[in-house]
Amino acid sequence: MTDVLASTLGDFVRDAVDAQVQIDAIGLGAVFALMAVGIGLVFGVMRLVNFAYGQLIMAGAFALAFASERDWPVWVGIALCFAVVLSISGAMELAVFRPLRTQSAAVMLIATFAVSFLLQSIALLWFGPLGKTATSLVQLQRPVSVAGVEIRKVTIVEIAVAVVCLVVLTLLLNRTSIGLYMRAAAMDFSTARLLGVRANLVSGAAVLIAGALAAVVAVMLTVQFPTVTPTYALQETILVLAGVVVGGMTRLVPATLGGFLIGYVSGVLGGALPSDWSQYLPSFVFGLVILVLLLRPDGLFTRSRGLVERV
Amino acid sequence: MRSMRAFGQLLAPVALVVAAGFLGAAVSVTNQIYFVSALINVATVVAIYVFVGNSGVLSFGHISFFAVGVWAAGVLSVPEQEKPATMPYLWDFLGSTTVGNIPSLLIAAAVGGVFALLVGLPLMRLSGLAAGIATFAVLGITNNILRYYEKIGPGLNTFSSVPETTDLTQATAGALLVIAGAFAYQRSRLGRQLRATREDPAAARAVGVSIYRQRLAAFALSGFLAGFAGGLYIHFIPINVDAVYLDLTFITLAMLVIGGTTSLWGAVVGALFVSGLDSLVGEMEDGMTVLGRTIDLPNGSRIVVVSAIMALVLIVRPSGLTGGREFSLAPLTRRLRPAAREATR
Repeated sequence: MTDVLASTLGDFVRDAVDAQVQIDAIGLGAVFALMAVGIGLVFGVMRLVNFAYGQLIMAGAFALAFASERDWPVWVGIALCFAVVLSISGAMELAVFRPLRTQSAAVMLIATFAVSFLLQSIALLWFGPLGKTATSLVQLQRPVSVAGVEIRKVTIVEIAVAVVCLVVLTLLLNRTSIGLYMRAAAMDFSTARLLGVRANLVSGAAVLIAGALAAVVAVMLTVQFPTVTPTYALQETILVLAGVVVGGMTRLVPATLGGFLIGYVSGVLGGALPSDWSQYLPSFVFGLVILVLLLRPDGLFTRSRGLVERV
Repeated sequence: MRSMRAFGQLLAPVALVVAAGFLGAAVSVTNQIYFVSALINVATVVAIYVFVGNSGVLSFGHISFFAVGVWAAGVLSVPEQEKPATMPYLWDFLGSTTVGNIPSLLIAAAVGGVFALLVGLPLMRLSGLAAGIATFAVLGITNNILRYYEKIGPGLNTFSSVPETTDLTQATAGALLVIAGAFAYQRSRLGRQLRATREDPAAARAVGVSIYRQRLAAFALSGFLAGFAGGLYIHFIPINVDAVYLDLTFITLAMLVIGGTTSLWGAVVGALFVSGLDSLVGEMEDGMTVLGRTIDLPNGSRIVVVSAIMALVLIVRPSGLTGGREFSLAPLTRRLRPAAREATR
């Protein structure tokens, strides 16, 4: 019995530290980190948990599939993806987020549920339950060999794109006036407004930047998972939401780290769990989420601890 | 006067549910299923309201208590000789036990309540978004285990040959029982303490209310009622694990928020309003004649219309159709007799 256990554990550890598994996990973490930024940015400015974020990615992925089925060039597909995702983001901001900005978090969350349902069922009506396939970037699935490890090109692209996006975003937030407004609004929305920050401008900017990131994620996810269905990216969004809260939702850096961490951990677990356990992967990940939340309810990467509301 | 008002607060939701029951008895058999399903929705949403409405903490985990209720009642109600066909890997104890209709509902409720209590013991220390995500994680784990662990149920298969005992009478009675439980709780000492923590946590602590204990009690009761609603549901239609996951979580929470989160009246109104809307648009998909005109919507447009209207209601009336208040005749009588109101000032 102990021998079996020891050998299973040994296999688990050996698979977990395997270079292949590690690199794939980092790639997944990079994509999740970008989604976490998209969710965290909107939450920071508006205190709104955008559950419909996954459906933005789904819409972008359908745009890519649409272009690839008609054999349009890759750049046209990507442009279409950005156009679709950004216009849906803008419409969401105007029709739903803006009127509800002053409401409680629960009302805004349920409203984004409704939007998410709406987009999902429109996709179902339009493309059917089996969905479409996006194949125009499929050559990125091919592996290159680096020091004996087979790395798929898409993993390198994912990591590079995530780094570039995060650097650009950091510059935007720290070096431009709109970035300054957004940071001010994230700290204290009403005081920022008193000091002349235009509410519609900052929330619009946050939603559009988050939308652009969703389009980037859509491009990268369709390379890895080319079959686009109406529930595309839904599971990933739930995991990222959990990751963002685990990291610490109120600040962008902890939120991003949380997103990366949950992607990385599920990548490692997915690669290392023995095959008859792998169907319980979500249970392991969610179990870890609960454990971390119980130990650090304010977030894994935040400094303040156990702050109770003061009177 | 106070007891009169309390009576009205119980009577209004009860009257609405009974009216729905009678209306269901009057329509054709094919339309009756809409009423049964709406009444089960009332039971489910009121069960969720017991925790979410009274504590002010959003929970995404209640459908997992509903789901274990479905599993408990379903597995135990399938006749013994039918079990090997859909559930070949069951534990011996589950495979050789079959219980009747009412015991299976009680077991479903008990399993839901115990599960909620166990989950709540650690989780009720959390609040805000952390609590929301943690309850979501519970839902994810429950769904994952029910989906793949075939010793406790049919796994991915649909529950078949569960006796379909939930008819209009049972659904109405079930909804009324859940409403009575919720009302008794919110009028009780425990319920009032929990509502105090919702309105002002700091002040409630200052007068000696334990937020943790009050939330835990409500969570367990609410899981008990949700398990019961799950039992009613599996005796109504055969379902599989996908029917008790995200979609049901969102639609039931939406019903609660649309009705008005903080009142029993809101939970009942929201559940009946959204269920009614859903059935109406569902009928329109099959073609329906209204005032001499035939409305025929394409298949699948149901969720589009319902979610659009859900979003619209939230934008126009963010605090819900009832404003989160209990039913009261006061605004009506005030409008009728403005002079009398002036006189009592």
